[in-house]
Amino acid sequence: MYTEKVMDHFRNPRNMGEIEEASGVGTVGNAKCGDIMRIFLKIENEVVEDVKFKTFGCGAAIATSSIATEMIKGKTIQQALEITNQAVADALDGLPKEKVHCSLLAEEALHAAIWDYAQKNNITIEGLEPPKKDISHEE
Amino acid sequence: MDRKVYFDHAATTPTNPKVLSEMLPYFTGNFGNPSSVYEIARSNKKDIEMAREKVSKVIGAQVNEIYFTAGGTESDNWAIKGIAEAYKNKGNHIITSAIEHHAILHTCEYLEKNGCEVTYLPVDEDGKVSVKDLKEAIRPSTILISIMFANNEVGTIQPIKEIGKIAKENNIIFHTDAVQAVGHVSINVEEMNIDMLSLSGHKIYGPKGIGALYIRKGVKIRSYIHGGAQERKRRGGTENVPGIIGLSEAIERIDANMEVEGKKLINLREKLIEGVFEKIPYVKINGHREERLPGNINFSFSFIEGESLLISLDMYGIAASSGSACTSGSLDPSHVLLAIGLPHEIAHGSLRISLGESNTEEDVDYLLEVLPKVVSRLRDMSPLYEDFMKNKNN
Repeated sequence: MYTEKVMDHFRNPRNMGEIEEASGVGTVGNAKCGDIMRIFLKIENEVVEDVKFKTFGCGAAIATSSIATEMIKGKTIQQALEITNQAVADALDGLPKEKVHCSLLAEEALHAAIWDYAQKNNITIEGLEPPKKDISHEE
Repeated sequence: MDRKVYFDHAATTPTNPKVLSEMLPYFTGNFGNPSSVYEIARSNKKDIEMAREKVSKVIGAQVNEIYFTAGGTESDNWAIKGIAEAYKNKGNHIITSAIEHHAILHTCEYLEKNGCEVTYLPVDEDGKVSVKDLKEAIRPSTILISIMFANNEVGTIQPIKEIGKIAKENNIIFHTDAVQAVGHVSINVEEMNIDMLSLSGHKIYGPKGIGALYIRKGVKIRSYIHGGAQERKRRGGTENVPGIIGLSEAIERIDANMEVEGKKLINLREKLIEGVFEKIPYVKINGHREERLPGNINFSFSFIEGESLLISLDMYGIAASSGSACTSGSLDPSHVLLAIGLPHEIAHGSLRISLGESNTEEDVDYLLEVLPKVVSRLRDMSPLYEDFMKNKNN
């Protein structure tokens, strides 16, 4: 059901953990639906110096968080914001149809963490929306 | 990991080699159509009737009250729809439970769209139907009560004898889906006042694609598989002779071993439960603690999700199942776990271990070695666990 890439990221998740005194933290999803993703960012000079994640969810949710953190590490905020859920899914060589919402969750968690960073530092980032309360599986 | 351990016997079982060897001649040498007149066919007809007798004896029925079907799902569909249609002049109300298999629930939902009214009895936190609720749900228009013998997910055994008594007193037909119970629990349709009972071959070390419906003599039922005069004209189609032979051998065999095997499974089950509680915190057992199938265990591990738990176990060669939404392809976790009152997030973290004939103490030891590792790894990844621990330490 899952690609080898997904299984690899599930077996050996990259950047799993927490960042103490993170520049921004974003948590999305809800326990009711069975997945919650949290992304911690350490941002210096507009660059993502470090990133960690924690995820409650299925294999795809864990793999998408893992690969998303890999994709944004070392990127500028602007570059990080350009990463779409499609890019996350593609990087895993695809996800089963019913798991596509997991990649959306990764995108949203990242945006929520950057939003938190912007709020804390009182800056406005063009095109960045406040995090949604709930990520629907239907999207 | 080379080790492979199968803990999903409630999903399906391997066909026993002895059962298979009894079936094999019917694929090649004894291939004749039982409806034909010549010798190789006539003996098949006889063998089918012997098989029917074996099945009937195990549940205490008469030989001509057993009808072979393609499995548990067909038996359930036939029972519910067949009664609803045959008794529509008497009434349109069906009573079932909220924790039935989808073969019952989806059939009832279908009938609701076609003029039937259905009461889905709730269950308590152990997964039991209340006899009081049942009595109160009965209406003059009630034509059928269908309550499963034992639940496939949490293993709880229902008070079937009491339900049968109430059904009889109220002159209502009583059907039970006994797919999980047959071979594990003593069943007697006479003593328990069961009018119809569904059973399946592949859950009892028999082949897939074969099952049976017991229909008490005198019960009216509509037929849906129109064709030849097979199965007393109630289900057309050339008989699945190898399957029928396999089912009868399997049911006779499992019934003969029931007591010994049941003791073994209960010992393994208790060993596993004890070990899990000793090694893993924040876990609960779902289903009734004693009145449950010998081989069934259902745990909920807080802060983690079932599918990732299953994939983790699979990495160690362990096969099990879960009631999490992600494993069912739907958004909600199992209807059974929600019906026993679990919050969604706890239901998502469920793990069903169904023990069977192949399992040994070593298998349980192996699971007890692997499970704490994988649960702890997933909890380390879980933001729910992180939040919980932070709150706890503050």
